Amino acid sequence: MSSSIPASGTERRVARLLRRVFRHRGIAIGGTLLAAIVAVSLGASLITAVDPQDIDPVDRLMAPDATHPFGTDNLGRDIFARTLHGGRVSLLVGVSVAVLASTLGTLLGLVSGFLRVADAIVMRAMDGLMAIPTILLAIAMVALTKPSVLNVILAVTLVEVPRVARLVRSVVLTIREQPYVEAAITVGTKLPKLLLRHVLPNALAPLIVQATYIASSAILIESLLSFLGAGTPPEIPTWGNVVAEGRNYFQVASWIIFFPGLFLGLTVLAINLLGDGLRDLLDPQTARRL
Amino acid sequence: MGAYVLHRLAATIPVMAVVALVVFSLLYLAPGDPAAVIAGDQATQAEIDAIRRKLMLDQPYHVRLGAWLASLLRGDLGVSIFSNIPVSTLIKQRLEPTIALTITTMIVAITLALPLGIIAAWRAGRWIDQFVMLFAVLGFSAPVFVVGYALIWLFAIELRWLPVQGYRSYAEGFVPFLRSVALPSLALGLTYTALIARITRASMIEELSKDYIRTARAKGVGEFRLLERHALKNAAIPITTIIGVGVALLIGGVVVTESVFAIPGLGRLTVDAILRRDYPVIQGVILVFAGVKVLINLIVDLLYVVFDPRIRY
Repeated sequence: MSSSIPASGTERRVARLLRRVFRHRGIAIGGTLLAAIVAVSLGASLITAVDPQDIDPVDRLMAPDATHPFGTDNLGRDIFARTLHGGRVSLLVGVSVAVLASTLGTLLGLVSGFLRVADAIVMRAMDGLMAIPTILLAIAMVALTKPSVLNVILAVTLVEVPRVARLVRSVVLTIREQPYVEAAITVGTKLPKLLLRHVLPNALAPLIVQATYIASSAILIESLLSFLGAGTPPEIPTWGNVVAEGRNYFQVASWIIFFPGLFLGLTVLAINLLGDGLRDLLDPQTARRL
Repeated sequence: MGAYVLHRLAATIPVMAVVALVVFSLLYLAPGDPAAVIAGDQATQAEIDAIRRKLMLDQPYHVRLGAWLASLLRGDLGVSIFSNIPVSTLIKQRLEPTIALTITTMIVAITLALPLGIIAAWRAGRWIDQFVMLFAVLGFSAPVFVVGYALIWLFAIELRWLPVQGYRSYAEGFVPFLRSVALPSLALGLTYTALIARITRASMIEELSKDYIRTARAKGVGEFRLLERHALKNAAIPITTIIGVGVALLIGGVVVTESVFAIPGLGRLTVDAILRRDYPVIQGVILVFAGVKVLINLIVDLLYVVFDPRIRY
């Protein structure tokens, strides 16, 4: 963690870590699966020329076949195209929330870890937010504003911030007691340098692991919000929206729900496998406890 | 001990205060005019203004907050904008299915998860352990509504063993009740089961590696007794914690599960209220759910002392 290690040593350590990353089974499976899902979602328009919004009254509720690999819904829209396109919003929400919540949570965690005055206030607020069930808080926030992708991202971010803040705060509190940090403070190291040199490197590993879990949790919450009708506006195909629209036709056309549901589950699974793997490698102490 | 209980009870007050503040502010900031909604389409501006005055909507933030908190402390959660029924009555009407579903889910999850976790720890690294871990990862990743529909498809549509949707009260007979909550409990409990199984396995592995287990083995204690009497008893704290903490997970899942299975519980009430923007109901339900969550955390903390008498506060 210190720059006093010669560059060649650092390089060797990075190379060793990378070798371990690629050899880890969970990371290999999760990473490949996630890469495939990202690829088909981003390249949706290249893979299928069908417009996910194209209504075709003749081909209503068609079972999967050669022209419609995943079947069609009650308006004759192609479920294959809708599922592939639907991944975009989910992935966008997952990545944005992970980045936003990690950043905000880190700031709050650092502040409350170092300033005793702020600690009580910030942590009480976080406790209060955490006491409200995640999904309820998120639906309430989206439903009371206007359904849009941005509002979903903001709502889910607010829900996830306390977890990061607590994590970073606990790292800060442990680090502060370390002799080398006390020594650094004694010799007059300025706060920004202290944070950058000593606190952040220690918080980074658990933060990366936490961020992957936040991404998968955000994707799940987004789909639940859309499913309940309080998420992404219905005109945007997302996995949650497609499933929600298929509810009334479930008994005659189960494929409308099955395929987007499968993609959603696989995406969350891929990110979780990745997160578990990263935890094994980066944060062995926590990994051993689970 | 008594001092600890008091201290711990007192600690819940600021948390609930923050919850109340968040819930109130959320709805204060929400767009739309509840007075216009209550008055209906035919109302004149004067009528809307009268309702606004009656509901104190014309007052500033702190006055409304104060009035709202005061009525809250009297146990008054307000009146539904949509149905004009007191929120507390609405909540009481919807309580039974949600509580019933939560309890059956907990029973299903714990009876599945504990043996799975214990066997996995006992046979750590073998195929049964790998299977349990795979199940745990899958259980975490499966969205509640997708699992719900998959179960309906298999057990209700293809096999025709169980009803597709709906809820039968316990008062209508035990068997119809069980049949109606079987699939919802499985769907809702999957993530919860995975969570408990995983923590059980981890804490059992830790306990089984300790010296006293080797001593017990050397003494000739049977494997079952070893697991159940020695290891499980010492692993009880993390397991209890996760069973408690996980109930919070169920609370979120209940909202979705009730939607999938058309169960008229608190979750349905919440979703309907949100879609209709019935503010007092939304506030009331969120407060109740958050209160339950805080209460569960409190019980879990107090149970520590019961499980481990060494813990003294």
